[in-house]
Amino acid sequence: MKNKLVLALVTLCLSAGAFAQKKTIPSVKLETLDGKAFNTSAINNNGNPTIISFWATWCKPCKEELNNIADEYEDWIDETGVKLVAVSIDDQRSATRVKPYVNSVGWEYDILLDKNSDFKRAMGVQNVPHTFLIDGSGNIVYQHNSYSPGDEDKLYEKVKSAAKK
Amino acid sequence: MLSLAGFSQQNGDKRQIDLGEIKGNISVAYQQYQEDSTINAAVPDEKSTLTAFTNLLYTRGNISAGIRYESYLPAQLGYPDRFDGTGLGYRFASYNTDPISVTVGNFYEQFGSGLVFRTYEERLLGIDNAMDGMRVKTHPLPGIYLKGIYGKQRFQFTDGLVNGSGLVRGFDGELVVNELLDSLSGKSIDSLPYRKLNLIVGGSFVSKYQSDNSTTLILPENVGTYAGRMRLNYGKVSFSGEYAYKINDPSGDNGFVYKDGHAALLNFTFATKGFSVLLDAKTTDNFSFRSDRTAELQDLMINFSPALTKQHSYNLAATLYPYGSRPWGEVAYQAEISYKIPKKSKLGGKYGILLTANFATVFGLDTTNINEDIDDITSTREGYVNNNFFLPGKEKYFQDFNFEIKKKFSKTFRATYTYFNFFYNNDVNQGAFDNDNKGVHGNILAQIHVIDLSQRFKKKHNIRLELQHLSTEQHLGNWATALLEYTYSPHWFVGLLDQYNYGNSVSEKRVHYVYGTVGFVKDAHRFSVGYGKQRAGLFCVGGVCRQVPASNGLTLTFTTSF
Repeated sequence: MKNKLVLALVTLCLSAGAFAQKKTIPSVKLETLDGKAFNTSAINNNGNPTIISFWATWCKPCKEELNNIADEYEDWIDETGVKLVAVSIDDQRSATRVKPYVNSVGWEYDILLDKNSDFKRAMGVQNVPHTFLIDGSGNIVYQHNSYSPGDEDKLYEKVKSAAKK
Repeated sequence: MLSLAGFSQQNGDKRQIDLGEIKGNISVAYQQYQEDSTINAAVPDEKSTLTAFTNLLYTRGNISAGIRYESYLPAQLGYPDRFDGTGLGYRFASYNTDPISVTVGNFYEQFGSGLVFRTYEERLLGIDNAMDGMRVKTHPLPGIYLKGIYGKQRFQFTDGLVNGSGLVRGFDGELVVNELLDSLSGKSIDSLPYRKLNLIVGGSFVSKYQSDNSTTLILPENVGTYAGRMRLNYGKVSFSGEYAYKINDPSGDNGFVYKDGHAALLNFTFATKGFSVLLDAKTTDNFSFRSDRTAELQDLMINFSPALTKQHSYNLAATLYPYGSRPWGEVAYQAEISYKIPKKSKLGGKYGILLTANFATVFGLDTTNINEDIDDITSTREGYVNNNFFLPGKEKYFQDFNFEIKKKFSKTFRATYTYFNFFYNNDVNQGAFDNDNKGVHGNILAQIHVIDLSQRFKKKHNIRLELQHLSTEQHLGNWATALLEYTYSPHWFVGLLDQYNYGNSVSEKRVHYVYGTVGFVKDAHRFSVGYGKQRAGLFCVGGVCRQVPASNGLTLTFTTSF
């Protein structure tokens, strides 16, 4: 009985996931690196695509992904106008490391702190790295979990097609 | 939801009907266990375990609601034993607008740095102290943020959520001074002289209620904590601090003494492009705060005491001697310096070299015991006096010095070298066990070297090799570890890990723990199969650790987000 319930639930949400096409960014209060309040509903890029990437200072693949994108980020901006928002899910233990790390490696991304994983939960993220692509109208058009070197090329293909729309 | 969605399919083209959005995820882990006497492998009676979670989150305009369906059939080994069965473990509904938002049901929340209040979930560790009650958040004026919470806390799971008996109530206020000044002056922040200076102050009050169920002691039923905090940013410099006080709170953690508690957390960072410094200090004295005074481990914690040590990701460094905050109290300091030798410099080469050094140390408190018979009715029953709030006592609990050199040699090849030096007081930390699963006594000194090489070829293929070596005269002796990982973007990954305890004093225990993984990823779906021996060790997330027994067998995992 219980197992059937699980199965029904899984079927329900999978089919709901397939039908409900529209997905946007929920409104969650986060912090900037200066400690100011920032509402995620304010994430926008003047009609250009936005990448939202969930990461943490203790997550090696996350840092590798963002460092590899950083090498090409200027070209990406020139060609598509894309913006990357890197959302750290570091908790109080490691959140103080975010600003030093970001400065050391010289990322030009917008950085937000999600110290108690509120935004992570609201976006349905389980593990980092998890990357979303938002089109110019604010719809989530692509998401990807985990990172292997080379994944950024596929992401960039998606960015380019989102930029054309 | 199905019928609603069907409706949208039929009418979607003609009219725009807002049916809301569904987000969520599914995670399933199946483990099958085998006997293996060489590693004392644990096998549950059921021989296999299934741990699964499904989160569904519905949002439409200002309304949102969500559930999590959980299954522990039974929970995987090493998971807290109070997770059993299948059912709803989390549900909430909320109404959110800018000036006010209200949540009923389960929620996670943090006040300030969490010293007096933090409810959170760490699914992989089996930690979930979600509130179950009500929360109100309001933003009445620019720069002013208020929160109120009231409810019980999740304790265990038996075919559904089971809350603890204690009641938790709290209030938090925060003032972002710049936002308020901006709104008063009507100008944008960029045009004002205090632009570079940013000040935030805040305060919290949290109280718990639990009835006095003792026949021998008169226990306080309502216990209050207060905290004040501030954060200052001026250009490259940031400083933050929080201080918290708790009235006497006799509990299992402190041996039922009637002493009050203090805690403080300080952080300083200086960060400029290519160079940063971080300094942290923490002290906690009798500051474990739970909604049930007899709870243990990570159960029913109301607050969060971050471990001021770096969380490592290399296997031996992450799982053999990691540190978790001690509930009775500690004094901890941490420093980290990071420098990037610039790109295109003589030493830095084309891509630069990133250097990071970190030092963390934790001591017990400097205390004097009060000499009195605590069973005497006239005794203060305060236990001890803390002589120096911010200075360490004699006993060292933990120390970690580590540094890392990371260099990218070309577009396709990078190498990292990391060194660790650990001091681990196992009488205090009790995370190290011998060949017979008995706790080890005394201090453990260990050094670890790690070389991590990564080579990419034909754009989508990547091979990564990790070589690790741990040397210690104590505990299980020396270890050597090799990890080989091959990924083929965007879909495939294969990994092979061998941890070899070649320095074990018992020759039969010089075992190779070999574990292989194959996985497939597509967008936000991930499936993997793993097989082999897994070493006993500490599994930690965010400075909170749980002991995982050695096991041998097959693991299947599937995760997806939608």
